[in-house]
Amino acid sequence: MIEITNLTKRFAQHTAVDNLSFRVERGEVLGFLGPNGAGKSTTMKMLTGFLAPTSGSASVLGFDIQKQTLKAQQQIGYLPEGAPCYGDMTVRGFLEFIAEIRGFRGAEKREKVISAAAKVELGAVLEQSIETLSKGFKRRVGLAQAILHDPQVLILDEPTDGLDPNQKHQVRELIQGLAKDKIVIISTHILEEVSAVCTRAVIIAGGKLVADGTPFELESRSRYHQAVTLVGADALDEAALAALPGVAGVERNEREHSLTVLAQPGAVIFSAVNELIRERGWSIKELDVERGRLDEVFRTLTRGAAQ
Amino acid sequence: MKQLSVIFKRELGSYFATPLAYVFIVIFLVLSGVFTFYLGGFFERNQADLSPFFNFHPWLYLFLVPAIAMRLWAEERKSGSIELLMTLPITRFEAVTGKFLAAWVFAGIALLLTFPMIIAVNYLGQPDNGAIFTGYLGSWLMAGGFLAIGSCMSALAKNQVIAFILAVVVSFLFIVSGFPLVLDAFSAWAPQLVLDAIASLSFLTRFEAISKGVIDLRDLLYFVTLIAAWLAATAVVVDLKKAD
Repeated sequence: MIEITNLTKRFAQHTAVDNLSFRVERGEVLGFLGPNGAGKSTTMKMLTGFLAPTSGSASVLGFDIQKQTLKAQQQIGYLPEGAPCYGDMTVRGFLEFIAEIRGFRGAEKREKVISAAAKVELGAVLEQSIETLSKGFKRRVGLAQAILHDPQVLILDEPTDGLDPNQKHQVRELIQGLAKDKIVIISTHILEEVSAVCTRAVIIAGGKLVADGTPFELESRSRYHQAVTLVGADALDEAALAALPGVAGVERNEREHSLTVLAQPGAVIFSAVNELIRERGWSIKELDVERGRLDEVFRTLTRGAAQ
Repeated sequence: MKQLSVIFKRELGSYFATPLAYVFIVIFLVLSGVFTFYLGGFFERNQADLSPFFNFHPWLYLFLVPAIAMRLWAEERKSGSIELLMTLPITRFEAVTGKFLAAWVFAGIALLLTFPMIIAVNYLGQPDNGAIFTGYLGSWLMAGGFLAIGSCMSALAKNQVIAFILAVVVSFLFIVSGFPLVLDAFSAWAPQLVLDAIASLSFLTRFEAISKGVIDLRDLLYFVTLIAAWLAATAVVVDLKKAD
């Protein structure tokens, strides 16, 4: 379990993290969201013992990061933002260094290096020096060092930033594979990632927590939650749709004869819309019910907090 | 403590991973030869000792040692790898000391490669090999002092060039603190006690004593304390500056 209590970090000019508190339980994959400069990286730096908080505390599996720093750090695998490595080392040399720091020696060390490299598909470049690798490979080296000691807690700061779609997919699969019985915290500003891998999402803005829930719960906060989008062959009757019970409003889309009917919070309007279509005998080319738009929720929440 | 040796090994290896190590060693050997034979008048003196060799070491180190030390922390901060290093389960003591020891051993290797001097002087006459040994010991200790200063300056500056310049300036002050150049600035107003204290900080007087074959415990203690103090300062600076 990770527990963050009233964590605050003030720099000379501004407050980066402002009285933040939350807990993460075993088995959770927490998506840590927020616009750039919201305090995501600062929070992670405090959680891993790199920065000392101005006030408040954080503990990892019961070890206070300030008082029992080494014990806490032993539990953590951390990928810092931008995946910094020692460029002049070979991939194997670097991973062996990490393995030795983590206390592995001899055959066990070599085996840990090979298995971590295999998990992120680094086998082909083991003997290359890190600075000659592409961005995607460098990121994978960073991931390999984070998972090498099979940590109970994995903290990844923007693990898929700068990767191509295939590599992103790979990293997400890897995270899902690792997540069982562990605690994973991923910071990101890519929202599809949250729906894809996270069991829970925390949104922060201006250093403060603005939302905490499952991706589904967050989506349902969207004004597009349960909205129905229709594409008709001919013009549709906006007024009739707007008059249906539970409808909050009708929006015109860019496409011709396409409307999005918004539901009032908690209302389900799909059947009513369907009924109306049958009554009027409209010919409908497409019909869609939305779960909600995470990016819209994100924008509303983070913009509200910034003001 | 086990981690200290891991840090040490990586750091020492990284010196030899780039041409830097070889360039440094070649420059050091060439310059120490030039100084000994041309400026020091090794042959003209007609004496079988290595004092012309050792006499120039403080000045040689003034520029060469900061070049080894400048990358110790500045590079970590510039590339961001300091965040990786400081979130690994190692103590600050292990990180600071491991890095320093690697640089110190590297300087020791360069120093040992001047061994043809010993052979030459033994071939030409009957030198006092005890004095030569203490000369090497003193030189290595002094290199450690310069390195500890350089390590602290490297932690202070993100830019390696600035780290180099800062280290040269501070090291220079430690070399000349026994000279009238510095003492005159204080002699007008400071009590004799302060003057003595400043003069006793000088690398030169300490090193000269050791390199003449006189091992005084106080001189050894001076260098060891100096190294420890600058490394402690390095640890503090690393902590303050790591996130900048």
